Amino acid sequence: MSEQVKDAILLASMPKSLSGKEFTYCPGCHHGIVHRLIAELIDEFGLKEKTLLVAPVGCSVFAYEFFDVDGTVAAHGRALAVATGMKRARPDMFVLTYQGDGDLAAIGTAETIHAANRGERITTVFINNAVYGMTGGQMAPTTLLGMKTTTSPYGRDPKREGYPIHIMEIMKALPGVAYAERVKVSKPQDVPKAKMAIKKAFYAQLLDVGFGIVEVLSTCPTNWGMDPVEAGKWLDENMVKEFPLGVYVDKVTEVMKEKGVK
Amino acid sequence: MGEKIMVKGTEAIGEAAIRAGCTVYFGYPITPQSELTEYMARRMPQEGRVFLQAESEVSTVNMMYGASSVGVRVMTSTSSPGFSLMQEGISYMANARLPAVFVDVVRGGPGLGDIQPSQGDYFQVVKGGGHGDYRLPVYSPSSLQEAVKLTIHAFDVADKYRTPVVIFADGMLGQMMEPVEFPDPVDLSTLPSKDDWALTGARGRKARYVTSFNIDPYELEKMNLVLQETYRKVEAEEKKWEEFMTEDAEVIIVAHGTVGRIVKSTVKMAREKGIKAGLFRPVSLYPFPYERLSELAEKVDIVMTVEMSAGQMLEDVKLAVLGKARTPFYGRLAGVIPTPAEILEALMKEIRR
Repeated sequence: MSEQVKDAILLASMPKSLSGKEFTYCPGCHHGIVHRLIAELIDEFGLKEKTLLVAPVGCSVFAYEFFDVDGTVAAHGRALAVATGMKRARPDMFVLTYQGDGDLAAIGTAETIHAANRGERITTVFINNAVYGMTGGQMAPTTLLGMKTTTSPYGRDPKREGYPIHIMEIMKALPGVAYAERVKVSKPQDVPKAKMAIKKAFYAQLLDVGFGIVEVLSTCPTNWGMDPVEAGKWLDENMVKEFPLGVYVDKVTEVMKEKGVK
Repeated sequence: MGEKIMVKGTEAIGEAAIRAGCTVYFGYPITPQSELTEYMARRMPQEGRVFLQAESEVSTVNMMYGASSVGVRVMTSTSSPGFSLMQEGISYMANARLPAVFVDVVRGGPGLGDIQPSQGDYFQVVKGGGHGDYRLPVYSPSSLQEAVKLTIHAFDVADKYRTPVVIFADGMLGQMMEPVEFPDPVDLSTLPSKDDWALTGARGRKARYVTSFNIDPYELEKMNLVLQETYRKVEAEEKKWEEFMTEDAEVIIVAHGTVGRIVKSTVKMAREKGIKAGLFRPVSLYPFPYERLSELAEKVDIVMTVEMSAGQMLEDVKLAVLGKARTPFYGRLAGVIPTPAEILEALMKEIRR
C-alpha cells in the first residue's frame, strides 16, 4: 500500500469521536462537515474521554447521538447556561456547545452574552444558516434583509422585523471572549481554515484564556428552496456580504506562542 | 453535633446545605431571600466550593442542570417570581432525572406582588408549574431547626430518587432568628456514587447522555413510566407530618410551614376555652400524607384548613377527608400573616354553625 493510499484512508476514515450513527441532516447541509471537523479535533487533542457536549434545540438536537462523547440536550437557548454549570462543577472537563442561530442569537441571547462576558472556559460552535431549520424555515435573528421565510413571507423588512444580528461583532465588545472567528465551509478550501478557527477556540479553553466561539456560515438547502450547489453559491454571494468572515477576537495566538504551542 | 447557635433562617438553610455537601450554588438576587444568596457567596469559597451569580433565574436553573448532570450536589434559592422563571428548567431536570435542591422563599403574589410571607405558591410548587407529567418532593419547615433537618434530608431524597426537591419556605422563616444546632458536615467521599449515570467523561465505558428528550413516543413513554414508578416509591416512603394534640381532638386544623406554628397557639387557646382542637401539619406537601389525615377525619366533624393563600392545600385536604368531615377554610392573602386569635375566631364561627 502506497503512502498516498494510506493518507487517503486516514482522510476518509471516520473520526473516533463520531459514534458512527448516520447523520439525519439534509443533503447539502453543512452540519455534517462541521461535526466532522469537531470530531477530528477532539481526536487530535485526545479529548474524547474528557469532553462534555451540550447539544441545542434545533436541527442539531441529535448532535449528542452523532458524537461518541458524554453529552446532553439543553433547553432551547440554554446551552451556555448548562455548559457553565458543567464547567464550574468540573473545570477539568472539556465543555463544548453546538448551537444554531435561533438558539444562540434569539432565545438564548442573554445566556450567550453573559457566558461570553464571564469568560467561561467553554468552546462554542455557532451554526448560522439564517433560518430556523428544524421547525420548517421560519425567520431567524440572522435572516438577511429581503430574505423570504415562512414567517417573513414578504421578505425581511427592517422596519417590521429589524436587522440581522451580528454575533461576532458583539463578541468583540466582551472582554471575557478569548477567541471569536467567523468562517464558512461552502468551498473545499474553506474547510481547513474553519478547522483551524475551531482549533483556536479549543485552545481558548484548553490554555485557560477565556471563552472561544466560531461562527460557521452554513447552508439550509431545504428551507432555502435550493439544491446543495445553488445553496453554497447563494451563501458565498449573499451571506458573506452581510456577515464578513475573519478573526474578530484573538487572545489565544499570543498565549500559544508564550507556551510554545503550535 | 455542635453547640446551639443563634442564626437567621436564610443562614440556617445555607449552612445546612453546605454541611449536606452542596458543592455548587447558583442564584439570582430576589427579596426576601437575598441573604441566603449572600451567605453562599461568602461561605462557598471558604469551603473551596463554587458560588456563581447567574444573569437570571432562567440561567440559574440551567446551570443547575449542567452541574447536576456531572454528578455534584447543587442548590439554588429564590422567591416566587424567580421560581416561576425556573419552571421550564425544572421540567427538563425532572425528565432528565437530575437531583437538585430548590429553596422557594414564597412571597405575596400574583405578579410582582409584594415581599411579605405567603404560601400562594402551593399549586406551582406542589402540583408542578412546568410542563409534562412530573412531581417534585416538597418539604415545608415550620422552625429553623426543622429547616436545617429538611434541607439536609432534601439532598438525600434528591440523590436517592434522582429528582429535584423543593424546600417550601416563606419570608417569615427566612427572616426569623432562632437557636439552631447543626450536624457535622457530611464527608463528601461517603455520598452515594453517581458513576452509573453522571456525565463524567467516556473513560473506560461507552459514551452516555442525560436528557429529557426522546423523539420516539414509545421510548419517551418508557422514560415517563420510570418517573411514575419513582413517584410511587416516593409516595410509599417519604411522607412526613406532625400531629399536635390530635389524640383526643374533636376538631382538626390543617396548616403547613410557619402557619402550622401559628396554629399551635390557636390550638392551645381553643383548649383553654374547652374546645378539643388539634393540629395536623403536613411536612411533606408532596407526597401529601393523605392516609393519616383521612384516619383523623373519621373521628371529627371539622377539618379546617388555614393557609396564607386563597385555599390551595385545601384541595389536598379535601382529597384526604373525602367528605367524612366538614372542610372549611381560613386564609389571609398577599403576604398578610394570620394571628392565632383570628384563626380561633374563624374556628369558633365554624363550630357554632
